[in-house]
Amino acid sequence: MTEIIIKNGHVFDAVTGHKGDVADVCMKDGKIVDKVSNSATVIDATGKSVMAGALDVHTHVAGPKVNLGRWYRPEDKFRLGERCSAKIDPKTKIEGGFSIPTVYKTGYEYARMGFAFLMEAAMPPLYSRHTHEEIRDTPIVDEAAMPVFGNNWFMFEYLKNGEIDNAAAYVAWMLRQTKGYGIKCVNPGGSEAWAWGLNCMTVNDPVPYFEITPKEIIAGLITTNEELHLPHSVHLHSNNLGNPGNFQTTLDSLKIAEDFKPNNNLGRKTVLHHTHIQFHSYGGTGWGDFESKSKEVMDYVNKTPQISIDSGSVTLDETTTMTADGPFEYHLGALNHLKWGNVDVELETSSGVVPYVYDPKVKVCDIQWAIGLEVPLFAADPMRTMITTDHPNAGPFTRYPRLYAWLMDKKYRDDLLNSFKYATKVIDATYLAEIDREINLYELSQMTRAGPAQVLGLSGSMGGLAPGMNANVAVYNINPDNMQKGIELENAFAKSAYFIKDGVKVVENGVVLDADPVVKKTYWVNAKVPENKQVMHDINEKFLKYYSVSLGNYEVIDHYAPHQEIIEV
Amino acid sequence: MKTVTIKLKKVPTLYLECESVTPDKFAGKSLEAIAALPCSEGKSNYKLGDWFEISGSAGATAAETKIDVYGPGTSKCKYFGAWMSAGEVVVNGTADMFTGSWMTGGKLHVKGDVRSFSGLQMKGGEMLVEGRAWNYLGAAYRGDWRGMQGGLIRVKGDAGSDLGTFMNGGTIIVEGNVDIHTGTHADGGTIIIKGKAHRRVGGQMVKGEIYVFKGCDVMMPGFKKVEEREIEVDGEKHVFNVFIGDLGERHSKSKGEVVYGHLYTLKE
Repeated sequence: MTEIIIKNGHVFDAVTGHKGDVADVCMKDGKIVDKVSNSATVIDATGKSVMAGALDVHTHVAGPKVNLGRWYRPEDKFRLGERCSAKIDPKTKIEGGFSIPTVYKTGYEYARMGFAFLMEAAMPPLYSRHTHEEIRDTPIVDEAAMPVFGNNWFMFEYLKNGEIDNAAAYVAWMLRQTKGYGIKCVNPGGSEAWAWGLNCMTVNDPVPYFEITPKEIIAGLITTNEELHLPHSVHLHSNNLGNPGNFQTTLDSLKIAEDFKPNNNLGRKTVLHHTHIQFHSYGGTGWGDFESKSKEVMDYVNKTPQISIDSGSVTLDETTTMTADGPFEYHLGALNHLKWGNVDVELETSSGVVPYVYDPKVKVCDIQWAIGLEVPLFAADPMRTMITTDHPNAGPFTRYPRLYAWLMDKKYRDDLLNSFKYATKVIDATYLAEIDREINLYELSQMTRAGPAQVLGLSGSMGGLAPGMNANVAVYNINPDNMQKGIELENAFAKSAYFIKDGVKVVENGVVLDADPVVKKTYWVNAKVPENKQVMHDINEKFLKYYSVSLGNYEVIDHYAPHQEIIEV
Repeated sequence: MKTVTIKLKKVPTLYLECESVTPDKFAGKSLEAIAALPCSEGKSNYKLGDWFEISGSAGATAAETKIDVYGPGTSKCKYFGAWMSAGEVVVNGTADMFTGSWMTGGKLHVKGDVRSFSGLQMKGGEMLVEGRAWNYLGAAYRGDWRGMQGGLIRVKGDAGSDLGTFMNGGTIIVEGNVDIHTGTHADGGTIIIKGKAHRRVGGQMVKGEIYVFKGCDVMMPGFKKVEEREIEVDGEKHVFNVFIGDLGERHSKSKGEVVYGHLYTLKE
């Protein structure tokens, strides 16, 4: 492999402490190093910003529900006007789709924006083979996927009886079988209750038949997570998503984390990651008096160091929502009358896919947009607050640059806010107009690089530019001495000047050069527990009794993940 | 108005993707620049000049540009006039799928037939077809819930099935007969069938108007006759039976009154 040196760039990196000072970044054999020889390739970054490769802590880019989205939204490829296949580049594969792009477009677009790692946020264990096949086919970016446990029959039974050892053994078995990364929990108990036509709207609603409450599920999952020393905390999508007045449920869910301490040796300092918190910070009693409660939620998050969050910011596009929260998708399908697809994945989870239009002419959508920006703007600790769009639920990931520009330029977001049809009503119902804060490049590097890396337990190899870390470096055409504003800033983030993945230059001026030399890795966690005969007996019995596949059809064999990066805990 | 004439050199084996053949892309370009526009056959990339002999000159703007297309083999060319916003395209022969789809303005004149998925989600402009149209004329693209939104399509011959599905604006006039599922899910717009229509006209429509001159083979059960009225349609006056429907659908209210779709059949 070649040596590369990036010279004279303004470096923003929370790991090495560079806050925009001019420094050189050296790479050798896919790692960051202190210095390189004279034969190194020189990249001149004068007047440009240099950051580590970004990490997306919560996105839906692979797996059965993403594929169902592609499947039943053929019109999605026309969403930006002409057909995407019109631009055919011999070095890259044909790209298509907007809110649910093809695997190729996903990899290329993330690389163009300087992303090195994606976390597929919900993998139904039964479909983990499919998820890993799509991950394998997504070029350039490293990926990992989290199996969902929040509505899993095994977990319900173990947690109900307080059998944490068994729960831990089951989770460890599941991570090994599905090559998963951590514990995802979607609408704890609620998706299971939906099979009875019910839902769990607060943390104290019992799950029918199992007689366990969401509160017990979340607490049990956190205990299990810490017992296993997993690299990532419990990744929670709490109950009552998307309903007016749900911020109380959110606070109740977050409070559960207070009693726990992180227990791991990978640098993680949090025990609970609450995802797409925008959808969970709503006040009011109905859509008429719908309002923002982001301040209340963020005040609690700011003073509780055990919690990390991501924003789930709305980008005001037409998109496709997809989540393991089956009841919510049914509700949304009934609301917009477009198309609705739901499925119940045996004993493990449910899920649904519904298209949704975030229309700037609709007051509710504008308030959601404002809350999505308030969340990062209210954040006291950028290391615990990440920016996401919950791709594609609140908007496609290709809008990250626009999101950054809104956060970094008050005028840009205020212009949009004032142009809304119901601008005064939106301003009354939200805090956005009063906030003067503009996120700076250093904070942005914390929110998109160092922060996610720490929360995911990957701070040893990603999210920074310290020697020994993976050589993922993004260079943007942004001069911190003379910052661009608005749309220009957006374009600069969308098309990185250079992106280097594992020491290979893959993007130059927003054009993907050649993805073939890049080794794309799949991360998963090998959690070790003492052999547990009880759990293996339960699994065998349930598979015989209830599953449509046998245990032998379940495991993700190495064929599905050719380049594995195994984290041993 | 200046005219560019393009003539196919030979019949393509696979289908040609002719998205570049619109006044918008030709306007202000030299013949060399026009010849360099992309044009793919299947998955192989070519330039327009590889397939067409190009002569004449383009106007400065799209509105001043006319494109004359000649065969042989225009029936194997897709996307003629798709996304065009102004100017004129004349196809001397049959055109393949997606002809005039997503048009926002200008004129498209096809002297032969148009195949399926033509005039999809059209927003404006005019399309005249001298032959017949295949299925999904002026409909929504697969999976979409917004069909034709504006403009005018006139077909001299017959049309196929699923004409104007999910339509919510504009006008489609068919002088011949149509196949099944005309105007399904319509949410606005006008469909005029001078001949007769096959089954399931206006199924699940919530708004819009459908006129059928020579009768529907079977009426949908969700339609109710409310009156008989003399109406002028496409320059002719006739007495029509007026039906409202589809009553099985959820209808919206406007100023306190429920809005229905209307189906008109000629009184014998």
